[in-house]
Amino acid sequence: MRRVLLPIVALAALVALWQVAASSGLLAEAFNVESFLVPSPAEIASALWENRALIAENAWVTLQEILLGFLCGLAVGLAFGFLLRPFETLRLSFHPLIVGSQAIPIIVFAPILVVWFGYGIGPKLAVVALVCFFPIAVATADGLRSVDPEAAKMMRSLDASRSQLLWRLEAPSALPFTFSGAKIGVTFAPIAAVFGEWVGADSGLGHLILQDNAQLETARVFAAAFVLSAMAIALYGLLALAERRVVTWR
Amino acid sequence: MSAEFGQFAAEAASPATGATVSVHGLAHRYGELTAIERLDLEVPPGRVLGLVGPSGCGKSTLLELIAGLREPSGGAIEVAGGGSAAERLAQCAFMPQRDLLLPWLSAIDNAALALRNRGVRRGAAREEAGRLFERFGLAGFERARPAELSGGMRQRVAFLRTLVAGKPVLALDEPFAALDAITRAEMQGWLAAALRADPRTVVLVSHDVEEALYLADRVAVLSARPGRVVEQLDTPAPRAPDRDAAVTAPEFVAARERAMAALHRGSR
Repeated sequence: MRRVLLPIVALAALVALWQVAASSGLLAEAFNVESFLVPSPAEIASALWENRALIAENAWVTLQEILLGFLCGLAVGLAFGFLLRPFETLRLSFHPLIVGSQAIPIIVFAPILVVWFGYGIGPKLAVVALVCFFPIAVATADGLRSVDPEAAKMMRSLDASRSQLLWRLEAPSALPFTFSGAKIGVTFAPIAAVFGEWVGADSGLGHLILQDNAQLETARVFAAAFVLSAMAIALYGLLALAERRVVTWR
Repeated sequence: MSAEFGQFAAEAASPATGATVSVHGLAHRYGELTAIERLDLEVPPGRVLGLVGPSGCGKSTLLELIAGLREPSGGAIEVAGGGSAAERLAQCAFMPQRDLLLPWLSAIDNAALALRNRGVRRGAAREEAGRLFERFGLAGFERARPAELSGGMRQRVAFLRTLVAGKPVLALDEPFAALDAITRAEMQGWLAAALRADPRTVVLVSHDVEEALYLADRVAVLSARPGRVVEQLDTPAPRAPDRDAAVTAPEFVAARERAMAALHRGSR
């Protein structure tokens, strides 16, 4: 109970503090800007309510980008994880490259992806998939390698073929690892989708944020950001729930 | 062959109950390190051989070599006449030190692993493994997950998993090392009963001299690295139904002292 209550109390306290600081004009004074540029939580909430149709419409676009991009990243991540496991040469060759691929700032890559894939959903999927695949691939490969060598001997002695070893021992052992990687990936997915939209899009929460920022609609920027965070938390929660249903032995 | 083997002569005569294991001039090296040197052993069908020795004497390596999980650097190992690792692997079922039950499978599915690996359908595999659950006091625990079982129960399931593989030779690597003393004594009695009911050729590694002397027909004492056989002694009351009486009998105590003396000689 304390684990649920304490964060809620802490959050409520922060929001209350923000409300007081913003509505009294303290924040605007501190930033040295006009007070309408520093919305209070109440103003953000009313912006969220008044623009619910607009925000929902754009959120749906972004959610599609996140979900499809995540699925692509999951597929590629699993493929890499499983391919790198049995082939030591492949693993030694590609593992550093995969890690290196994460050092490339995605924001640099995004414009090129737009040039290649156009202004549709393509480049957004690519950016989201690129961000998601890495933790999934690395976690899956590590999970497959984490199997106790004694257990592998036991399986061999019980007449397991190479593929039975993989599917009956290694893959289930790797499952909790894959879930951890997926949970990390999915929390980054909304940021990646926004990056993809910033480079070129005519809808989506990222697009809306960029537009509202230019028009000094700060309350709506915060409202959109709030919805983005809520989506990230919800997706994480869904995966955690799925993990508890699937990985019943932990 | 010694007189002590006579008690189990009837079972040993049946070919289904075991295969001969023979080891000649065995040597094994890990790089520079010589783990085993000039080692000879013979286990007749349906007999239990206990292997004891100081830590690091290569007993577990020897067991893995016999079970076909490794190729030796030199010498010959034959199981049921087959000399290659693949042939030995086909004849031996290996039971590791820890139970290593797969936590995502129920007890019965763990026990049925070997059958499933051989392509037996789930229902038929469960049925076959289930018969052993009845026979060996595990009835009612078929659907339990390993995490729900006690250490002793898990070890029983792990042993049944080895038995269900249906191989003539069992290679047991310190099967009860992880258990507390009382459970271990209980499990020794249980394993003795299981082997009386379903005799196989067994190679049993143990760090516990008493355990080896009680469960085995013959105990080979290995020396410190490089592992060699210091002494082989026949045991007075292998797998006797009353374990507590057997291990306190004067002949058993004498055998234990002889084995301990051999261990000390080999540790030097």
